[in-house]
Parts: sequence; structure tokens; C-alpha cells
Amino acid sequence: MTGPRTSRYARDVAVVAFAQSDHRRRTDELSEVEMVMPVLHRVLAATGLKAGEIGFTCSGSSDYLAGRAFSFTMTLDGVGAWPPISESHVETDGAWALHEAWVKLQTGEADTALVYAYGKSSPGSVRDVLTRQLDPYYLAPLWPDSVALAALQAQALLDAGETDEPALAAIAARSRADAAANPHAQLRGDVPQGDYQVRPLRTGDCPPVGDGAAAVILAAGDLARRLCERPAWITGIDHRIEAHGLGLRDLTDSPSTRIAARHAGLFDAPVDTAELHAPFSSQEVVLRKALGLGDTVAVNPSGGPLAANPMMAAGLIRIGEAAARIHRGASDRAVAHATSGPCLQQNLVAVLEGDAR
Amino acid sequence: MSKEPVAVVGIGQTKHVAARHDVSIAGLVREAAARALADAELAWADIDAVVIGKAPDFFEGVMMPELYLADALGAVGKPMLRVHTAGSVGGSTALVAANLVAARVHRTVLTLAFEKQSESNAMWGLSLPVPFQQPLLAGAGGFFAPHVRAYMRRTGAPDAVGSLVAYKDRRNALKNPYAHLHEHGITLERIQASPMLWDPIRYSETCPSSDGACAMVLTDRAGAARSPKPPAWVHGGAMRSEPTLFAGKDFVSPQAGKDCAADVYRQAGITDPRREIDAVEMYVPFSWYEPMWLENLGFAEEGEGWKLTEAGVTEIDGDLPVNPSGGVLSTNPIGASGMIRFAEAALQVRGQAGEHQVPGARRALGHAYGGGAQFFAMWLVGAREPAS
Repeated sequence: MTGPRTSRYARDVAVVAFAQSDHRRRTDELSEVEMVMPVLHRVLAATGLKAGEIGFTCSGSSDYLAGRAFSFTMTLDGVGAWPPISESHVETDGAWALHEAWVKLQTGEADTALVYAYGKSSPGSVRDVLTRQLDPYYLAPLWPDSVALAALQAQALLDAGETDEPALAAIAARSRADAAANPHAQLRGDVPQGDYQVRPLRTGDCPPVGDGAAAVILAAGDLARRLCERPAWITGIDHRIEAHGLGLRDLTDSPSTRIAARHAGLFDAPVDTAELHAPFSSQEVVLRKALGLGDTVAVNPSGGPLAANPMMAAGLIRIGEAAARIHRGASDRAVAHATSGPCLQQNLVAVLEGDAR
Repeated sequence: MSKEPVAVVGIGQTKHVAARHDVSIAGLVREAAARALADAELAWADIDAVVIGKAPDFFEGVMMPELYLADALGAVGKPMLRVHTAGSVGGSTALVAANLVAARVHRTVLTLAFEKQSESNAMWGLSLPVPFQQPLLAGAGGFFAPHVRAYMRRTGAPDAVGSLVAYKDRRNALKNPYAHLHEHGITLERIQASPMLWDPIRYSETCPSSDGACAMVLTDRAGAARSPKPPAWVHGGAMRSEPTLFAGKDFVSPQAGKDCAADVYRQAGITDPRREIDAVEMYVPFSWYEPMWLENLGFAEEGEGWKLTEAGVTEIDGDLPVNPSGGVLSTNPIGASGMIRFAEAALQVRGQAGEHQVPGARRALGHAYGGGAQFFAMWLVGAREPAS
């Protein structure tokens, strides 16, 4: 094999290493730099690369979670950007930082990239904070929170007969049972479904609020093979956005996910694994349909965002978890998905493949 | 492998003002985007992806505004990426968009940056207290004034150099219909008599707070061939970052800025920037940063930058015009300021800069910086397609 099976791009680029923190409800004793640094050290150690040897660095985070402007400038100090590095930042989930880094590698200007993302939700009320990402003139003044909006979507699914409450509870139970094998997950094992938060969503249908960080290293071509025994080749990656207004969208479907999946080549061949950034159990129903996933696909074997959902890192973690399964031979072709915005407004799909065995 | 050549075929700006009460944030960005499309004679459907940048979300009080702006920018069903690299973001955003074309991931990309500072208060947005970190309650001027002092001490530059820069940029702004400050009757004496804010920075040597947006349409070689107006070609582009604070950091001339410029010149085949570059759009939010960056960008030897300014070299009719548009000193919608530098450089080599056109400009540099002088983004554009 000289490369992945279905690459459609100028260069073959792979995820060669992944690391994440233990995701926790609170990390009062840690600054963001202190939370990110061990993860950066672990992912670099996995490849033997030093920060100064990385061709491009890109991060994802949000000032609104940090509660201050330019919050990422301090975290950059944790990377050790001296001598100066080629670096950029996206104000959203790190999955989009990975996309920016992947494009940089496609230009040939870099052969390796370090991508990291982090978020501390514990200092504030993340439900309140997320209302600030809505239309500032017509929607945000009403303070509709993220759980209420997800509940609207869940109710639309119930009304359309696409799912029912026991099926949602089963998604939640499966996720947390799978998470029992994931030492980084925040909620693991037998977690009660609990009371209604906003009907029809119960506590178990909602993600835990927590703090965490993740990092990935990308490498191109033969270098990827030298750095990783079984690289997870990115054979396709694409992201799409939908209208912001919920009244303009069919909440039981995710056309942006479907378009992204088509451009990423997902439908060219079957996948065995799907890591979906579905913070609410009901959103897994929407994504399964958009991605055409059958019952044979292992969905969120890591436990997914229902077990750990560190804001701005949870999407990057999906790519990392899918890649890690390919690295260790548990998957040959996987799809990873990340989302941003209310009710799955913006979605990224990446297809990852290992060399044939 | 070779990269796809990248061309700027459409540029649009809003008239920058202190407060655009007549439009929403969405209305503001759409105005700039529509003008860029009209300039390129393209329609919304011709755009494959949108890359948007702005400075901190606290400046408008909207978290991740790209979500809400997807509709206004015709991005529904398309990829939309949000970039944030502090004050350099407008430049970084253009470079991220250019890379999408260079990598042949997309063919035609709309890139846009904005700030609607009247929606909130930038000084407040920059002054939120952070546990365990030194507060910068004096705003950006308080942070940068000591570094200007260091420059003056190091180089022996006379006190008047800062006001010369402001006098030049404010006069240039009078030739630019989109510039925020149009100070008719401006004199050097008035600038020198303006109040001292952060010694040695006077009121008239600081940038305004503006509402505004800037957009560009970037495309590949085939797209450039269809362009109704001359394109500007990207000959080189780079970003560099270094930590905010560390022992040994040179705030007067950061290494990241030197490295970034060197990378751009290498890509563009420039060996003598002072002779080979015809116009510079430089990020100068406080007037003294013109002589400082002249040295950092390799246009002057260390300690000599102020002599170029004093001798009139950087005037619009000088040997190396700097900020013919009026620069950040005349127009500062923070998140857009870097992209305006990149766009104004492109206007110069397209011959489309109107009254502030530098005659015969063939190669121009767009420059942006941000954070505590730690993030740098630059591009060099030319009138000719680069040799591949």
C-alpha cells in the first residue's frame, strides 16, 4: 500500500496521534494552560516530535467560556511558541481547527500539524452562556437555552414518529455503558435516566457539563507512516452550515451533515465505526439518518458526548477517538462527526481509513 | 506538488464610521460582501465557501456570531469557517481562505472580517478581570506605550516622529472615501497639541473605534481568467506567533514579525524589500508603530526606521508609501483592520485604489498583528501571476 484507498486530495494526510484529558465536572484548581499542557506533552510524546518541529499549529476554543477576550493567547504559552511558530486559531470546536490544519498540509507548506482544543464550562452556567450565540436582536434577548432548544428538536422527532422516549433512553444507556471502558469519560456505567430537564428530554438524554482538553497530530505521506504504525488516513473531510433560524429548518433532519458526508466520500464504502458529536440522545437519531448508518456500525464506542462533552473539544475528540480505533486495529473505516450551534446547525464529517491488513 | 495560484478578484468595504445605527451586524457584513461580489461580477451561487474573522466576541456581545451570520452571507449549505487570532485576525482570515484555494479544496471563496464596535464597548471587552493574571485595565494604549518609549530610548528618535505619522495617515485618509476619520483642515500643530493619553502617545496618534466590514473574493487561475478587472495575485503569505510574555521577548521588534516577513519575502522572491515593494499597508494602531514596523519588516536597519518617516519616504508620493489608505490610524473596526490592510494592498496592485492610488504599484505588502504584539499575518500581492 502506498496510501489510503480513496484519497481525492493532493496529499495523503493522517491522524497519527491523539490525547485527551480526564474530563471532569470541575477543575477549579487548574488554569486552562495547566489543563492543556499535559495533553500537549502526551500527544507530542506519542510521535517523538517536539513543539518546534511541528509545521503548523491550530487550536479551537471560546472566549465566552473563558469569560474574557483573547483567552487563547495565554493557552498558546503552554505550547511553547518559541522560537515563533506558524499558528492559527478558530473560535469554535477544535474539529474546525483540524480542518484548517488539514488544508495547510494540503498546500504543501507543512508536513505536520498540532491541533488542540479545550473548554472549561464549570466557571459559569453553560446553558445561559450558549444563549449568547443566538441571533442577538431577535432570539438571544429571550434567553432560550441549549437544553430547551434541543428539547424542541426531540419533540419534533417524537411528533414525526422517528423515535420514542424508551429509544432515547436506550441511546443514553448504551453510551454510558460503553464509556465504562473509557478512563477519560466523565459519566460511566449505570447512570439513571433521571427526571425531565425540559420535556421530552430527561437528565440522561443530556450531556454532562464538564471541563476538558484534547490534541491531535496530523502528518502527511510517508512521514505519517514513520510516526505511527497504522495511520488513520483522512480520506475525506468537509463541513457545512445551515440557516440559523430554527423556523427555517426541518429539525428532524440534518441536510448539512448529509452534504458534508457526501463531499467527504462517506457513502462510497461502508464504515464500521461512527463517532458522533450528538450532545443529546435525540440528535443521534437525526445524525444516524443523515449519515445512513446501519445497525452494524459501532456508534460512539467511546461513550460519545453523552459521557463527556467538554465544549469546543468534544468534536475534535470524536475525530481522535475514531482515529485511535484505527491505530489499534479496532476499525478499518470510520466516520467522525462534529457539530456547532443550536440543534446541529453546523456539521463537520471526516472519513478515516487504515491501511488494508 | 504545486499549489494553485490564488487571485483577488473582488474587494468590498463599508464606509467605516463610529456607529452604524442603520444596520444590524448582519446588514453590515452583507453590505461589504455584496460589494465584493459586485466588484468580481459574481453571484452568491458562485461562492464555494465562506471564511469569516473578527476580534473577540465580547466586542459585540455575540458568542460565535458566524452561526447567526450564515444566512446573511449566503453560506447556507456551504462550508463556513470562523477564524480568531486577536488583532491580526483580518489578515489570518484572508490567509486561511487563500489556503483553501491554494490547496484546491475550493475554487472560489468569500472571505470577510468585521467589527461593529458600537454594539458594545471595546475597552470593557478588553478589561474583564482574570484570576491569576495581570489585568490590562488601561486598554491597548496602556499596554503598548512602554514599548514605544523603549523604541525611542533605543534609537534616539526625536519626539516629533509619532505626530508626523499621524499627520501623514490622516491626510491620506482624506483621499479614501471608505476611511472613518476625514479630518479636513488637519495640521501637524493640532496633532501635537492634542491631549497626552498614554505618554508618549497623544490622542491624535491613536486609532479610532469603528464599525465596518471588509470582504474579498479569492479564486483560482481559471477564476482569475474570467475576472472583469485585473486581479491581484498572492505571491506569498504567512502567519507567525510567539508567547505574550516571556523573559527575553523583544516588544520593540518581535521575532515572530521578523520571521513572518522573511517567510513572505522568500515565497515572493523578494531580496530587497525596500527597493522591490511599491506600497505597504501596515498595521499601525498607534503612530509610533510605523517606524517600529519599518525595522521589523526589513525596510530599514535597526534604529533607522524613524529616519525614513522623518525624510518623507513613507508619504504617499514618497519612495516607499506606507498606508496610502490612511491606515488603522484613520479606520479601526478591529477585527476587519487586518483584512483592510490586505485588501488595500490588493487594490494598489490592481490599480483600483482611486485617489489614494500609488502610481505604477506592482507589488504591495499587507501586514497585521495582534495580541501583545505576538500574532503576525502578512501577504504580498502582485499585479502579475507568480512564477510557479
